[in-house]
Amino acid sequence: MYDIEIKNISKQYGDVIALNNINIQVRKGEIFGLIGPDGAGKTTLIRLIATLLVQNKGEIKALGYDTISQFQEIRNKLGYMPGRFSLYQDLSVIENLELFASIFGTTVEENYNLIKDIYSQIEPFKNRPAGKLSGGMKQKLALSCALIHKPELLLLDEPTTGVDPVSRKEFWEMLSKLKNMGITIFVSTPYMDEASRCDRIAFIQAGEILDIATPDEIISNFDDKLIAVKSDNKYKTLQDLKTLNTLRYVYPSGEYIHYVDSRKEYSISGIMEILEQKGNTNIELKLIEPNIEDCFMKEMMVRANERIIH
Amino acid sequence: MKNILFIIEKEFKQIFRNKAMLPIIFVMPIIQLFLLSNAATFDIRNLKIGINDNDKSTLSKELFRKIASSNYFVLTSIPKSISEAETELDIGKIDIYLEIPPNFEKNIINKNIDNDNTIYMLFNAIDGTKAGLGNFYLQSIIGDFSGSIIKYNKSIYFSPEEMIVFKNIGITYSNWYNPELNYNNFMLPGILVLLVTMIGTFLSAMNIVREKEIGTIDQINVTPIKKYEFIIGKLMPLLIIGTFELIFGMFIAVIIFKVPLVGNGLVILSFGIIYLIACLGLGFLISTTTDNQQQAMFISWFILVIFILLSGLFTPIESMPEWVKYITIFNPVKYFIEVVRLVMLKGSGFGDIGRHFLIISVFAISLNSLAVMRYKKTNI
Repeated sequence: MYDIEIKNISKQYGDVIALNNINIQVRKGEIFGLIGPDGAGKTTLIRLIATLLVQNKGEIKALGYDTISQFQEIRNKLGYMPGRFSLYQDLSVIENLELFASIFGTTVEENYNLIKDIYSQIEPFKNRPAGKLSGGMKQKLALSCALIHKPELLLLDEPTTGVDPVSRKEFWEMLSKLKNMGITIFVSTPYMDEASRCDRIAFIQAGEILDIATPDEIISNFDDKLIAVKSDNKYKTLQDLKTLNTLRYVYPSGEYIHYVDSRKEYSISGIMEILEQKGNTNIELKLIEPNIEDCFMKEMMVRANERIIH
Repeated sequence: MKNILFIIEKEFKQIFRNKAMLPIIFVMPIIQLFLLSNAATFDIRNLKIGINDNDKSTLSKELFRKIASSNYFVLTSIPKSISEAETELDIGKIDIYLEIPPNFEKNIINKNIDNDNTIYMLFNAIDGTKAGLGNFYLQSIIGDFSGSIIKYNKSIYFSPEEMIVFKNIGITYSNWYNPELNYNNFMLPGILVLLVTMIGTFLSAMNIVREKEIGTIDQINVTPIKKYEFIIGKLMPLLIIGTFELIFGMFIAVIIFKVPLVGNGLVILSFGIIYLIACLGLGFLISTTTDNQQQAMFISWFILVIFILLSGLFTPIESMPEWVKYITIFNPVKYFIEVVRLVMLKGSGFGDIGRHFLIISVFAISLNSLAVMRYKKTNI
């Protein structure tokens, strides 16, 4: 059973194609991560599911209801946390919570156990205007408000953007707890390292889905030999690697440069020699295991190469 | 239905939490009524006049005295010639120049109708109202003067035919409904209307667009709350504040400024509520066509300035060009100003202004339906 079924969805803003023929199915009770850089179309897709936008093509079913003809049913059972803090800044924490509880025909007390873990952390500040909370507390309040009516499906648009690493970790732990309560979670994020927290992920780039699988599958499907390169002059080394005619793709990643050769079998020392000949010094070269980011970069690079070839 | 109450409660909390709001509600009407009613008067006094008496006879001196002693004029100069007067007009020493011709008295006594016995007047017409009123005042003084010559100067005998020439037609008049031509009475009701218009249009346009701008409308839109519940919930508090403002303003006008309330205040109140609904509809319509408060502000201003200037508050609609008169048919402000003046000063009742009620109801219904239609189109 799927809680979200996205079929052939396309969305355009004027001439700009935001989403191009998207197909995703989200299973009941899973955490599904939509992963991609800024401008990939994550927010548009979430707003389509949240019944806030209308697509140009295709259809979306959320909790079995059509997002256009049956949006009212969806709204009763949906929790949505926009990327931007969208609660009333001039109302206090408790007033915001009570407002959303009453609009959904419930009370804070009734569903208190659902939000207890999250809300108890901001409860000491419950009379403070929401606008005067810190970033992390705002996010907890927004999540509490999105949960107050006991939704079956939770849509989170970049909930961890602009949040410190500790709070990010905490936030994902809260999501795991919510998942254990049976809530389906659809979350978007630009952070690749958060992908491992999800049951399944979809890579999205320039309005297209690159890959959908579990994080483990995605990593195990990565069958390229990945080399990390480091030297005194990272920029020069990167430029030199780009000139190799055996190059498949290369990109900087943190303090290293990640390089993949187009040959299946070759010796690393050969690359090393070429780099030395080109005047790079202090070169460090090693074979590494790919992470999610490498998988995303591969998908992106390979697609880009294909486009150039076609 | 319950949802509307939740939104109303939220709106009131937000409105009264906004520290600028209470002064706007309570101080603004007092300042506006006080300042504008005193400033926006058409009663012009102390016009600077220069008189050149070329005759220096008893009669001309009599006219001189009559003008100089009037409240409307202050004698600031006695120019010797028209060219001197022109210089003084240029530097602003005088607003009006009046020249009495030589042989003024002689021509009258000798009944020399054929001789040119014209009094020459020159006005600084940069301020058209000032020039027009100055002209009007002078004409009436001179008319009065020529009448008195016939009545009191028994030394000169006029035959009935001659009397017609001099006396022309005497006019007597009285100002009904505002017998003392008190401009406060005339202006205050109109200013009250402006106040209510501003509260209704500005606040509603800003209020809804603000939710869009801050993004809170997204969070509301994904709840089961219906569009109409949200809008009614948002507009209702403004209707209440606007109505309160109208009552408050009327109290100030009647009690502090002593504007007579001849008719029934409830007529104004009930008309005012329908009018406010129309204003709220206008603000709501503006908010559906704009994305942020800045745009809403400018569009509201653009519309309101036109509405106010074409409302008949400052310039009578009767004296506007024909095509502008047609435009004023679509100006709701005009109708409320008419109603407030009619009820407060003339004492009109429901029956007398039924047409106004009908028209403003059409405004209220059409503006709001238009807004709802647009709102539905731009949002799911």
